[in-house]
This record gives sequence, C-alpha cells and structure tokens, in this order.
Amino acid sequence: MNVQFINPFLEGTIDVLKTMAMLEPTVGKPYLKKGNQAKGDVSGIIGMTGSARGSLALSFSEKSILMIVSNMLGETYAEINDEVRDAVGEITNMISGVARKKLESQGYNILAAIPTVVSGKDHAILHVLGGPSIIIPFDLENGAFFVDVCLDDTRKDK
Amino acid sequence: MDKHIKIMVVDDFATMRKVIRNLLKQVGYENIVEAEDGVIALKTLKSQKIDLVVSDWNMPNMTGLELLKAVRADEDLKATPFLMVTAEALQDNVIAAVKAGVSNYIVKPFTAEVLNDKITKILEKI
Repeated sequence: MNVQFINPFLEGTIDVLKTMAMLEPTVGKPYLKKGNQAKGDVSGIIGMTGSARGSLALSFSEKSILMIVSNMLGETYAEINDEVRDAVGEITNMISGVARKKLESQGYNILAAIPTVVSGKDHAILHVLGGPSIIIPFDLENGAFFVDVCLDDTRKDK
Repeated sequence: MDKHIKIMVVDDFATMRKVIRNLLKQVGYENIVEAEDGVIALKTLKSQKIDLVVSDWNMPNMTGLELLKAVRADEDLKATPFLMVTAEALQDNVIAAVKAGVSNYIVKPFTAEVLNDKITKILEKI
C-alpha cells in the first residue's frame, strides 16, 4: 500500500473527532496488520473505489466509543447498543469523506459505499482486497481505537 | 432571523439526525422534524409545510441528490430551501448538487456555528 494514503486518514480521524466529539486523540506509530481479527469491540468498515480501491475500517474499544458517542450526542452511553453502532457507521463515513477529499487534492477521485458495522469480542475485519492493511493506533484518555486502511492505487495499473 | 421555521433533517443514520437536531437547537431552531431517507422526506414534504430541508447526500432508497431533484421538479415544492449535508465534498458532487439547484451545502464534520451560518445565508436570500 502506498504510504501517502496514511496521512489523509490520520488527519481525517483527528478532524472528525475534534469537531464532532470535542476530543483530541494521541496518535501512535502506524504498523502493518497481520490477520483479520479486529483490534476493538466494534468496527465500521467502508468500501472505496475509483483511482484507489480498497476499504477503511475503524475499530473502537468499548470505552473509547462510549466516550466518543457520549460527547457527540450530549448524553451518557454505558453500553454498545444500536445507537452506538449507528454512530460508528457515521463516524466511519465522515472520516472516509474527509480523507477522500484530501486525496482528491493529490489527484485521486475515490468514491465510497455505505458503511457497515460489526461488533462483538474477536470479530473479524474483512477488507475488500483481503489485505495487507496498515493500522494507525489512537489513544483517548480512557481507551484505544484503530484506523485500519487497506487501499491500492489503481492508477499504477495504467 | 426567524427561528420558528420548520426544518426537516433527512439522514439514514439516527445518530446523525440527533447530532444535527442538537446543533440546530444550540443555535435556536426548535421546530424540527426528521426523515430517515429521501422517500420518507418527499412524503413529509407533500403532507406538511417544511421551510427548510437539511439532507444527507449518501442514503439508501433515495439519495440526497435524487431528493433534491424530485423537490425541484415538483411545482408545489420547488421553492423549498435545500441544504445538502455531505461527507462527499468531491468537486464532481458539488457541481452536480449546484446544477440540481441546491441552496447551499455543508461538509461533515461541522460545528453549530457553521450550520447556523449556512442556514442564515439561505434564509437571507428568500
């Protein structure tokens, strides 16, 4: 995967969480993911196509997503319910949108599908391309979440 | 600015409808109805007077763009102000929305102040 794909998703994640949830996560060092197992308890995944093809997944620990959604909606959430899962889909959608806009300025025209959400301990994240993917780890004060990007530059085939 | 106008928020994600409703309330708009997709939104528009539509772009059944085109093609609804909310800030999409007659658009994520500014600009033109 092209490393220039990493920054737009990193910056998009920070932008969305800061604006919608008033949170500023700290970013860890990106690394290559092995296997399909999700790092978190609930994950959103969105397929992308166009001049880059693949998928973006966001995987949240329970504590991190409850903090994010509570801040976003202005009420306290104590468990991962349908409303929290719905929010995960929307957050995934927003981060994909911000990142794709940033990639547009680098000459990429990328469209996205509607996100899906999976939850439960040890669930799998199945990327459109199968892998490998790059993990960008983030930390909030009470828990971690992970941005998981698997994207291939289709322009290189031309 | 009239804060009593009836605003319809259209989004397939219940949380985003709630987020937008909360943001609208923060800037003084309390008269809000919701629709979970474009089809339901169009039915609502035909059954009650809506002063402003705030619609997501990317929805199943009927997209925000399709809803906008349906509104502009309907003699009774065509003057309804329409604010498109989108994660799709891509240039082609913006052009398509402008061609279809969007009143203004707002890119996710956004703050209450940005939303208020967009609505104010739309209402000033009426």
